[in-house]
Amino acid sequence: MPSGGDWILPTLLAVPAIGAALILATQRAGIARWIALLTLGAEFGLALVLWFGFDAHDPGWQFAVSLPWIRSWGIRLALGLDGIGLVLVLLTTFLMPLAVLGSWTSIRDKPASFYALLLVLTAGMLGVFVALDLFLFYVMWEVMLVPMYFIIGIWGGERRVYASIKFFVYTMMGSLLMLVAILYLGFHIGTPGRPPDFAIDNLMLYAATLSPATVRLLFVAFFLAFAIKVPMFPFHTWLPDAHVEAPTAGSVVLAGIMLKMGTFGFLRLAMPLFPSAALDPTFRAIILTLAVVGILYGALVALVQPDFKKLVAYSSVSHLGFVMLGLFALTVQSVQGAILVMVNHGISTGALFLLIGMIYERTHSRMISAYGGIARVVPLFAAALTFVALSSIGLPGTNGFVGEALVLIGAFRTEPFYVLAAAVGVIVAAAYLLWAIQRMLFDPLDKPSNAALLDLNWREIGLLTPLLVVIVWMGVYPAPVLDRTQVAAARFVGLVQRGAVGKTPRSARLLPGAPRR
Amino acid sequence: MLPESLAISAILFAIGVVGVLTRRNVIIVFMSVELMLNAVNLTFVAFSREYGFAGQVFVVLVMTVAAAEAAVGLAIVIANFRHRHTVDLQAIDLLKG
Amino acid sequence: MTPGLVQHPLAGTAAEFVWALPLLPLLGFVVNGALALASSVRIGPDNPATDAHPAAVPDVAGPAPTDAEGAHPTDAAQAPPVVPARPAFRTLVTVIGPGVVALALALAVAIFVAMAGTSPTTPFVQTYFPWMWVGDLHINVAFQVDQLSMLMVLVITGIGTLIHLFSVGYMRDEPGYARYFAYLNLFVFFMLVLVLGANYPILFVGWEGVGLCSYLLIGFWYSETANADAGKKAFIVNRIGDYGLLMAMFLLFANLKTLDFVGVTAAAGDLVPGGVLVTTICLFLFLACTGKSAQIPLYVWLPDAMAGPTPVSALIHAATMVTAGVYLVARSALLFALAPVAGLTVCVIGGLTALFAASIALTQWDIKKVLAYSTVSQLGFMFVAVGCGAYVAGVFHLVAHAFFKALLFLGAGSVIYAMHDAYHAAHAHGDAQDMRNMGGLRRRMPWTWALMWVATLAIAGVPLFAGFFSKDEIMGTLFERARSSTLADAHWLGMPGGTILYALYGVLLVAVAMTAVYMTRLMIYTFHGVNRTGEAEAAALREAPWIMTGPLVVLGILSAVGGFLNVPTFFPLHGAPPELLAQWLDPVVGPAALRVTHGIPFVPDASTGVTLGVVAATISILGIVLTCVRLRTARPGADAVPGRAEPAYRRILSHKYYVDEAYDRVIVRPLIGLSRTVLWKGVDGMIDGAVNAVAWLGRAISRIGGMIQSGQVGTYAWVLVLGVLAVLGAFSLLHHA
Repeated sequence: MPSGGDWILPTLLAVPAIGAALILATQRAGIARWIALLTLGAEFGLALVLWFGFDAHDPGWQFAVSLPWIRSWGIRLALGLDGIGLVLVLLTTFLMPLAVLGSWTSIRDKPASFYALLLVLTAGMLGVFVALDLFLFYVMWEVMLVPMYFIIGIWGGERRVYASIKFFVYTMMGSLLMLVAILYLGFHIGTPGRPPDFAIDNLMLYAATLSPATVRLLFVAFFLAFAIKVPMFPFHTWLPDAHVEAPTAGSVVLAGIMLKMGTFGFLRLAMPLFPSAALDPTFRAIILTLAVVGILYGALVALVQPDFKKLVAYSSVSHLGFVMLGLFALTVQSVQGAILVMVNHGISTGALFLLIGMIYERTHSRMISAYGGIARVVPLFAAALTFVALSSIGLPGTNGFVGEALVLIGAFRTEPFYVLAAAVGVIVAAAYLLWAIQRMLFDPLDKPSNAALLDLNWREIGLLTPLLVVIVWMGVYPAPVLDRTQVAAARFVGLVQRGAVGKTPRSARLLPGAPRR
Repeated sequence: MLPESLAISAILFAIGVVGVLTRRNVIIVFMSVELMLNAVNLTFVAFSREYGFAGQVFVVLVMTVAAAEAAVGLAIVIANFRHRHTVDLQAIDLLKG
Repeated sequence: MTPGLVQHPLAGTAAEFVWALPLLPLLGFVVNGALALASSVRIGPDNPATDAHPAAVPDVAGPAPTDAEGAHPTDAAQAPPVVPARPAFRTLVTVIGPGVVALALALAVAIFVAMAGTSPTTPFVQTYFPWMWVGDLHINVAFQVDQLSMLMVLVITGIGTLIHLFSVGYMRDEPGYARYFAYLNLFVFFMLVLVLGANYPILFVGWEGVGLCSYLLIGFWYSETANADAGKKAFIVNRIGDYGLLMAMFLLFANLKTLDFVGVTAAAGDLVPGGVLVTTICLFLFLACTGKSAQIPLYVWLPDAMAGPTPVSALIHAATMVTAGVYLVARSALLFALAPVAGLTVCVIGGLTALFAASIALTQWDIKKVLAYSTVSQLGFMFVAVGCGAYVAGVFHLVAHAFFKALLFLGAGSVIYAMHDAYHAAHAHGDAQDMRNMGGLRRRMPWTWALMWVATLAIAGVPLFAGFFSKDEIMGTLFERARSSTLADAHWLGMPGGTILYALYGVLLVAVAMTAVYMTRLMIYTFHGVNRTGEAEAAALREAPWIMTGPLVVLGILSAVGGFLNVPTFFPLHGAPPELLAQWLDPVVGPAALRVTHGIPFVPDASTGVTLGVVAATISILGIVLTCVRLRTARPGADAVPGRAEPAYRRILSHKYYVDEAYDRVIVRPLIGLSRTVLWKGVDGMIDGAVNAVAWLGRAISRIGGMIQSGQVGTYAWVLVLGVLAVLGAFSLLHHA
């Protein structure tokens, strides 16, 4: 049994599950959302405990705990945090209560099931971020899919069934390939006299001993799974449909957190496990090209979208291209920048979807052309939307700028020509967002129905305020986040660049139950 | 003697198979199945003339099985007829996937 | 601080409070913004989908026809549905808005006095907190107090205060009064951050920030699509320039490992003079300048920006924001001095822009458009100066231009204000900015008339006014550089630098002539001759209130005597201290200027200087006089004989060389078309089609497979028989073989 400070990560995973069970037990609509809100609030509290208890100088896994699970296969319930996981856990627990608040009045059909699914989803996402066992990682990865499938499929828009099935099957296709690779690794590490082992650190050591061809194949398997999830061009087409058809909370969670899974997978698994493939010139060229193409393509296609949610979906493709660029450029600045972009994108895009959800609740239209000039009628909403749009554009002083600037500055040292192309994305980003908000908020108020629009209520103001505060705070003073991810990012760069050959990660010694080498 | 007996059995069996495969009336199919079973019986008897009476014992077994099978099968047909009012084999496609 | 290191002379003086300089207007923004929201927001109901708002919302009429500039937009088009602007807030905003900028000005003066007293030779840098510290990248939030930044701060806060005061009168009836001052305060904040930043990233924060405020203020009356479009265009075109600044920063960090101004100055010695690296950096920096300071090819946003309120045009698009590019080059003087080719590029583009914009200004009828193109042209002059290493001249012209251009814009604002009032009073609708509707205003608005003439003389370069000294310094230094400098030694596109610089001198002379002409034309059409506004309206035309004319007077005085900031040594003026500005700026730009002149301290040659000065002054005065004579009896608008087409050259000029249309046809529309058809419908459609095709394939295979399950017992029997035969056959074959 975990003891002392070790209890916190299992609790983190258990609390939402208990909350979900509670909701399903009571089945009362009014109570359900309060239980969800309180549960997720408690989760955020736990995350804050983790945040302040985190030692920024320790390169190993912190709050680590390892429970036996399936002994004969060497699968353990191994949980632990490094700086990157910590930041993403905080992002998740920060956004989830806001997503619940955003759905407070818009989910009227079977709300108990909805909030229960959200809680299960939370548990799954957190599990992905803290898993140190590859099998556990995969289980949590798939656990994320099912609630999201239902959320989109039941509470979504018109083409929800198509969108949810597409989302589920597309992402699962990639994950299955990853499963094959995981099983290969986990079972092959086992020799006579040693059981199969799925601990990430041990697999990292083992993978270094494999032949380059095998490593490349395994990397491709992982790459496909994560590339679909990022989403990288050309595996991105599930995202616009999923976002458009999902309900507000679904979009917020999808954009804010689930889109980070792909890049997190690269960061935690694909690249440290198979550094030689990650450094392989052909692979790097392909991936960097796809990243830059994603940046520009996503931005250009977003420019011509008539549906605002689809526009934001394509903008997500563009933003995550920056993350991929940062990761594969492999400098400490670009990796830190990539992590920041992940967090900032979650916040800015989450805020955008919350705002769209608010206006959708009032008019039931996502089409930009349905609006026009509404800033006069709903000035608070207009101010919030403009501000968040500027953060998404990357205005210095907002969070978006810090991440993108770090990525570009860092990536320029190793891949200057990719940066030359990628930086053009900032121009197009300004174009598509400003044009969109102009058509929505400014311009003449030519539709009489819009004149009766109602501005934000206190609940909506309350849920937007933390987001706006974080946008400014992360833009002006990102040091707390940077400090905590510094060591993990440096370790990541070191691991990949050295190929982890012959180097024992220090953390392996901290993982209870890991065999001594 | 044997080849001729076997030939007759084979012909009878073939006729039975064709009947099973091509006839649409369930009763006829059953009759064809009986024909096949009896052809097999003939084969057994023909061989028993050469190799001992084990074949004839087996014939008794086959006959028993045939009787049981006919009984059960016809019961199923009658039950189906009560619902579908047809004994056309092509009309019974509830297992269609 | 390491012991033994001498403390900076400014430590412990008012300069310690430099952080308060931008913080004051930021505070103003927060307060005014809160007031703006408080006065226009009505919190919605708890359940927006089902609850209706308690108070019935009256129908808002569609946008009533407003005048082009909309100095007084009709209330129905602008006001939020029910709540009127509360008078209490108006007083509060009036106190806070200009108040914070005035306080900032006071602080700036205090710091300036401290600097004048101590004459520091190194910058005083105050670091506040680490902003982005990753690996070996150390970007701090830090401000730098040196002669250049303080000069800019004085200009910004000084002219800013005057324009804030002017706005109190100009925007008096504006429902968005609080919002306006909030944005204006935010602008001053960002502009101060820009000039006070101690490193390129902080400068960039201010750089983009002022772009944001420009966007917000140009599109202030956003209900008109044209205004919102203009704001968006400004931001996006500026962003193209910002790309250049970003790339320059990346190059700097990758090679010099530092982005602090102090660090770059120190490390610049490692750069190969005239090398590809430093030239590329400077060219990227200049790309940013063409965006922010409206040079070719990214100037197109500035004329459109006239859609904003006139005080905004005065502050942002004349005095401060557009000069940020000149400031950037002066700040990076050492880099530019190391890259003569880049310097030549800056000069060429600056010169061409000066000429190009001046030519367009000759044919514009909108009073603000004339001034806008004039600004672009004058900025070209400034860039010619800083491009050829005459940093003092460029900054001098920046300051002088701030005086007289702000005066011109504010004066135009007074005119437009009066015209609007006149049209209102007569219940007429006319374009209050079109000079064809003006004329003879001299009798109605004598103060404005006189002060604008002062500004006109200044901008034309008539002796003893501000523009004379600054322009002649530019042209004189340019001439000397053409004779001998690193630029003259270099080659630009194959042509020797000296020749180019001489040619540019000629270009600038023509631009000077054109400046005199178009400005006189503006004055004559607006203030002289017969009044064309109309009988009813003319009665209502009167001078603007003193809150507006007061700042004009101050600016008029500055335009008149501002030139004495930097009198050349050879100028025969008794008692006037020479070259004040040059001495002031020497610690900052001196070394760079020295490098351009091959290390020989630049002493302007007296005879050359006098000759050139006389030439330029003559051209200006001649221009003014000839224009006066030619246009004395002109009747604009009534000139065109029906049936006779406008001569081609006039059409090209008045349509701004069709550049906007060209950009639209060649860049904007193809890009959008490409994105829509090729990328979205094409590529994305294909990828999605492939995905759906895979799904379809799966379903098709399963359907085919499903056909095996026909439910027909007979078929099953067939398959059974065939299977048995196959197995038996295989067996017998195996046993045979």
